[in-house]
Amino acid sequence: MSADVLHPPVQAAARNEAPGPAPWLLSGPALLLFVAMLLVPLAMTALLSFNAFDGTRGVLPTFTLGNYAEVLGDGYYHEIFLRTGGLALAVTVLCVLFGVPETIILARMANPWRSMFLVVILGPLLISVVVRTLGWAILMGNQGLINQALMGLGITQEPIKLLFTMTGVVIALTHVLIPFMVISVWAALLKLDPQIENAGLSLGAPPLTVFRRVVLPQILPGVLSGSIIVFALAASAFATPAILGGRRLKVVATAAYDEFLSTLNWPLGASIAVLLLIANVAIVLGSNRLIERRYAAVFDH
Amino acid sequence: MPYLTLDGLAKHFGEFTAVDGLSLSIEKGEFLSLLGPSGCGKTTTLQMVAGFVDPSRGRIVLDGRDITGLRPEKRGMGVVFQSYALFPHMTVAENVGFGLEMRKVPRAERDRRVAETLELVRLGSLGGRYPKALSGGQRQRVALARALVIKPAVLLLDEPMSNLDAKLREEMHIELRGIQKHLGITTVLVTHDQVEAMTMSDRVAVMHGGCIVQLGTPFDAYERPQSAFSSTFLGQTNAVAARVVATHDRCCEVALGGQAEGRRMFVPHEGQRYAGPVDVYLRPERIRLAAADEGVAGRVATRVFLGSHWMLDIDSAVGRLRVSQPNVGTVPPGEGMAVGLLWTDDDARLLHAEAADVR
Repeated sequence: MSADVLHPPVQAAARNEAPGPAPWLLSGPALLLFVAMLLVPLAMTALLSFNAFDGTRGVLPTFTLGNYAEVLGDGYYHEIFLRTGGLALAVTVLCVLFGVPETIILARMANPWRSMFLVVILGPLLISVVVRTLGWAILMGNQGLINQALMGLGITQEPIKLLFTMTGVVIALTHVLIPFMVISVWAALLKLDPQIENAGLSLGAPPLTVFRRVVLPQILPGVLSGSIIVFALAASAFATPAILGGRRLKVVATAAYDEFLSTLNWPLGASIAVLLLIANVAIVLGSNRLIERRYAAVFDH
Repeated sequence: MPYLTLDGLAKHFGEFTAVDGLSLSIEKGEFLSLLGPSGCGKTTTLQMVAGFVDPSRGRIVLDGRDITGLRPEKRGMGVVFQSYALFPHMTVAENVGFGLEMRKVPRAERDRRVAETLELVRLGSLGGRYPKALSGGQRQRVALARALVIKPAVLLLDEPMSNLDAKLREEMHIELRGIQKHLGITTVLVTHDQVEAMTMSDRVAVMHGGCIVQLGTPFDAYERPQSAFSSTFLGQTNAVAARVVATHDRCCEVALGGQAEGRRMFVPHEGQRYAGPVDVYLRPERIRLAAADEGVAGRVATRVFLGSHWMLDIDSAVGRLRVSQPNVGTVPPGEGMAVGLLWTDDDARLLHAEAADVR
């Protein structure tokens, strides 16, 4: 995968000649759908976040920054934002720790096995997020399979609390998001020169040194791209924290949901959602720029 | 005693035999080419010498020491790969210095040797660049410098020129040969390009089906091919069907077939016995064009100008013959014109007709 996730390479030829109306006509339907289904609701949410709210009269069409002041000034929301950031960071770190070795092992497998395990790893993406998360809830409960196994083996006396804890949410989200890391690192590994390891060996480097000095630096952009994707998805995850975290372990996405549907304070929910979007975009763009600058001299885009 | 010896080396991949009991001795400082078409086992042979592939059978002996089971990082071979396999995240100087770093050569000496070697391959000023910012020819020089700087036991070149354009390739042939002679480094080149093998090598080993079918100096291999395969793979040749009439001390008397029925030739041999149907091999540059009433009659089918020489295909009484004429400033007969073809019996080579199946 290219170091640049957000700017896919442009064909050199396209820059030289005037493209005519064909590209616009061809991308028109998708563009219309994109505008109608994403940009318009997003803009309306943004506008909504500047409206005032009154408990008895509902949404008031006046301009105010009050919602933002409330979210940014309240320790309750600070905690939610910090928890979300911590959750996303933990999931990202775990995805790197498990996903990278997993992909390298996968890449070294012979073919019937390799295809099979690739399907196994990418499998979670094929299952509805709610179904998958409910599955984890069944496994993680106090009487669930995991705790029964641990107690049966005598590893613990008391059931370990997994459901409605950060630990449970982190485990489930890592499982869900690890395919994105695998795909990203996989793409980077495919770009490696198949002879590059032999080159390292022939120059006198033992296999571990070859990995550390030759292979790892080259797949690092892939790892970082994967991290950005995983972080962004983890920070905005809704279903998994909602089901496994429960009502009390709120993250930003579930907090916004609650403002909309429980408190019915739409403007406040909208401002939470907008702040999450801004934070996410800032972090993703920032890291992308960082990677780009670091690797621009080394790799083709 | 030879410096590098391959003794009955074989490699099987499942049912497929890539290299089939290959034996070869290389002297110190010699430049040897393994020449053959793709799939002839030449690259597998090189990879076994480098240690990337374990032989199924046989031994590799370097300077009196059996290195068959030695790990590649302990062999000290310098390898230049077809794709160059440069480390894209390191600068040119870091690439070249990597092998020295692995050998724990002190910083100052490392820098000095890297600079020296880059100077040798005429890349003195590019040490700070990344491979991405280099041209194909420059990358190739970096790969060469990286392999040379460690003073390798043997320099192994795996089709190093196949990604260069023709002009650059010719320059590199001469330059690489110069560097090799200057350093006196034992070199094994793998290539499918006969020009490359002939211009650079002391000896050429023509490979076919996992075996060496011909081994000798480029001149020897070209002049005295031992099989139809090496005669067609090293340069171009014309095969004319014939029949042995009588065998004399130094030559065979053969009767040409086809429409030239009855025409006799006395082809020299080197003690081999020939009988029955044979092929007479004639190099295109050994056939001369003459007036239509001289020699074997023929008619020009195609005529191509190649600068230094002309290439003509001529339909003659002994079948279609390819004839190469040096460009001496006059235009040879054009398409459709009648010509006569002359050659001397000493220019021909004889091979058993069934050997032609090897092709």
